[in-house]
Amino acid sequence: MAHGPAKGIGRWLFATNHKDIGTMYLWFSFAMFILGGSFAMIIRAELFAPGMQLVKPEFFNQMTTMHGLVMVFGAIMPAFVGLANWMIPLQIGAPDMALPRMNNLSFWILPFGFSLLASTLFMEGGAPNFGWTFYAPLSTTYAPDTVNFFIFGIHIIGASSIMGAINIIATVLNLRAPGMTMMKLPLFVWTWLITAFLLVAVMPVLAGAVTMMLMDINFGTSFFDAAGGGDPVLFQHIFWFFGHPEVYIIILPAFGVVSAIIPTFSRKPLFGYSSMVYATSAIAFLSFIVWAHHMFTTGMPIAGELYFMYATMLIAVPTGVKVFNWITTMFKGSLSFETPMLFAIAFVILFTFGGFTGLMLAVAPADIQYHDSYFVVGHFHYVMVAGAVFSMTAAVYYWLPKWSGKMYDETMGKVQFWIAFIGFNIAFIPQHFLGLAGMPRRYADYALQFTDWNMVSSIGAFMYGAAQLMFLYNVIRTIVAGKPTSVEKTWEGAEGLEWTLPTPAPFHTFSTPPEVK
Amino acid sequence: MVFRVKQLVVYALSPLLLLFSVGQRAYAEDAHASGWSLLNMPQGVTGVSNDIYDLHMTVVWICVWISVVVYGVMFYSMFAHRKSKGYKAANFHESTTVELLWTILPVLILVWVAFPSTKSLIELYDTSEADIDIKVTGYQWKWQYEYLGEGVEFMSELTTSESSIYNETPKTEYYLSEVNEPLVLPVGKKVRFLLTAKDVIHSWWVPDLGVKRDAVPGFINETWAKIDEPGIYRGFCAELCGKGHAFMPVVINALPEAEYETWLADKKVAAAAEREMAKKTFTLEQLMAKGEAAYNRSCASCHMANGEGIPGAFPGLKGSAIALGPVAEHLDVVVNGVSGTAMQAFGGQLSEVDLAAIITYERNAWGNDVGDMVQPLDVLKFKQGQ
Ligand code: HEC
Ligand code: HEM
Ligand SMILES: [Cu+2]
Ligand SMILES: [Cu+2]
Repeated sequence: MAHGPAKGIGRWLFATNHKDIGTMYLWFSFAMFILGGSFAMIIRAELFAPGMQLVKPEFFNQMTTMHGLVMVFGAIMPAFVGLANWMIPLQIGAPDMALPRMNNLSFWILPFGFSLLASTLFMEGGAPNFGWTFYAPLSTTYAPDTVNFFIFGIHIIGASSIMGAINIIATVLNLRAPGMTMMKLPLFVWTWLITAFLLVAVMPVLAGAVTMMLMDINFGTSFFDAAGGGDPVLFQHIFWFFGHPEVYIIILPAFGVVSAIIPTFSRKPLFGYSSMVYATSAIAFLSFIVWAHHMFTTGMPIAGELYFMYATMLIAVPTGVKVFNWITTMFKGSLSFETPMLFAIAFVILFTFGGFTGLMLAVAPADIQYHDSYFVVGHFHYVMVAGAVFSMTAAVYYWLPKWSGKMYDETMGKVQFWIAFIGFNIAFIPQHFLGLAGMPRRYADYALQFTDWNMVSSIGAFMYGAAQLMFLYNVIRTIVAGKPTSVEKTWEGAEGLEWTLPTPAPFHTFSTPPEVK
Repeated sequence: MVFRVKQLVVYALSPLLLLFSVGQRAYAEDAHASGWSLLNMPQGVTGVSNDIYDLHMTVVWICVWISVVVYGVMFYSMFAHRKSKGYKAANFHESTTVELLWTILPVLILVWVAFPSTKSLIELYDTSEADIDIKVTGYQWKWQYEYLGEGVEFMSELTTSESSIYNETPKTEYYLSEVNEPLVLPVGKKVRFLLTAKDVIHSWWVPDLGVKRDAVPGFINETWAKIDEPGIYRGFCAELCGKGHAFMPVVINALPEAEYETWLADKKVAAAAEREMAKKTFTLEQLMAKGEAAYNRSCASCHMANGEGIPGAFPGLKGSAIALGPVAEHLDVVVNGVSGTAMQAFGGQLSEVDLAAIITYERNAWGNDVGDMVQPLDVLKFKQGQ
């Protein structure tokens, strides 16, 4: 029975089609990306010069907090879930996701979660102001009353992630086309499968942390209050037990994307498919046992300190394996540099740089100096923005023709790439200098010696921000007025089931499973 | 073509080179001289900070060499193996030898780094046999230093004026890193710091000392420093602690031992005089004048200079029932704080004179006109009566 999508708003409200839901996830995450980005612009504008110019310190803290929360939970995570929705069924030859109604629910609760969170901006007491890591007791005893909205917002967002993850696990394990064995899965599917297990494992830990906060704030418990026999540092252990795997939740799907794009534009198979799968699994395993590297200055016993240092250094090994694999894939390929490839190459260059600073941070005695300084801010923007966001952008340019049946404008894509790439580096390289020179992070204002590099960083940030508006323009222009294309294989070097489908991909695909040899 | 590749390589490596080309440079007092030259970690003035610096540079150079190889191969392929030049793709993949190599080699490098790191960490953790013990207490948003066993303690607070923060008056040289009273330490002595906090978590960071340690409410952390050179060393609070996080710097004045001893002796005399003061009786004008200054220093960050507070976060004192009500209750709130809120117990932070003056001020400023006075002795009696 061939039927198209329902008409009107009902198509979206009651959507169960993986492509529609994927599309909604992608647009929602982009909206959040713009929202979180505008918070960042406020932060960088305030930090352009010493002295308070635009906002008060209390509002500045709300901006850093909301920026972090919105970007991590609203922009990056849902973007990759959207990509998974679109691509996993196409890549494994499945007709849809395994649990389509839950898929609808997991998407539609997201806007409610973020409304709860964002509504605090307009309340007395203001939005959360305790950092995206919300350390107790700043986030409990000393928090504004609006913290309760934050807690319920996190609960809803977490539930959405868990449902999304379960759906992905169920789909990958059950709906693969005949012949699509595990070791034939595209790497994007593999990395998402592993990410989904991470999500199922750690999102409940985050839920536990915010629930304990809720109890401390409203019901008189003292989990994180020393006066009642609790311990504020316990909060950090719980948070980072979630938080470190979380950073890999963010980056693993990005690894998958890049592992698809680089072979395509190198016209050469990925160098070590199975070692990539093993490296991903190793990273996922290690990510559970290194959390306290975020806590080297909390006064852990030295044995703990040493253990977490060694374990964290170890993570650099599988991460290195990934980078070496991408590079040997390019080596002796037949390279061309379309926009997705440019973003993928920039990903490898910049993510590797973030890996280097990660290795530096892992060295506990040196981390005594780096910790909570702008150096850390530099590090994680290299891995999260140049990592996750660049790869996401690459993915959109790469698959947009397949999704929409329209080709984007190559020149415009390249212009956007160069503005983003240059702007990004101007924004974040100086932050390493600032951190090393002694500027702490989350500072609303700073001493005069930090002026010059902050100015540079702000200019770069505005440039990078402008590149995102251009990205939005490029995508809309492609959908509305792009050159129609019906070539099945948009990219001559591309491999995989999605490229055997017509372009644009019809509403229902693989209703009869393809045969994989 | 060659020119383009060179450009690319230079561009890709320039951040690294910039970041790491900076040689050894201790910076104590002249750090603010030029912002552009601030590129690297200070070497600092303690054994530990020097070790950290060396470790930092070792890892930096390891990263530079690895990146030369990795980026080198990458840029070479990007140049040499282009489709536009007609290069045909090879089809090799999977090589156990190569894969073993790039797993084992990094492990060896890491083991090599792990040795000096472990050594430094052990040294950094060795707080035994200290010559001097100093208790550092973090408050929203200032530091308290207590010379244990000497009867000397004081608050160290930012002196940068609100008006220069809000760009109404010019910024001075040590904008946001100047305090009313620095922590004075002797050089050449092992000083142990015992860190704690009274409200939220703070983190006491002095880059030149290679010291950063969290001050956690209800717990005591230890760390130490032995300063090699006299000088003034500036640092900051490194853990987000609320709206004044950027406004609670650390300033250390390291003196030769003899000068330090003289300073300490003077300080003890001053402390005794302060205790004497508490027995005096003041006039309303005197109390109001003292009170305004002390209020602006210790209370205005939350209750605001105009007494109106910040709605939703900090109550106004103008017209507040407590400020207009019985003295005993007012004393109770200020001396003992309100547990479970940001209102701290100021009894241990401020002198009796300051407490009396502030309370008197609050009862008679901004149109509050109770008209009564609180004398230092009243405060003392209140404290003792508890
Ligand atoms: C870190 C922020 C902060 C600082 C600094 C601070 N307070 Fe408070 N203060 C509060 C908060 C919050 C409350 C409300 C406590 C509650 O919920 O009952 C409060 C309440 C009070 C009250 C009771 C007001 C009422 O109507 O309930 C008085 C009086 C007071 N503070 C005096 C002072 C004095 C005097 C100082 C300076 C020595 C000071 N405060 C410094 C945060 C602060
Ligand atoms: C080679 C691999 C990596 C290593 C060894 C590493 C190590 C570290 C260490 C030790 C810290 C703590 C620094 C401090 O606070 O003092 C840190 C912070 C951080 N890292 Fe990484 N990292 C690596 C890769 C990544 C990746 C892939 C991501 C995410 C995509 C990431 C995201 C973050 C974030 C978000 C923080 C800061 C969290 C915060 O305090 O707000 N890191 N990293
Ligand atoms: Cu981590
Ligand atoms: Cu702070």
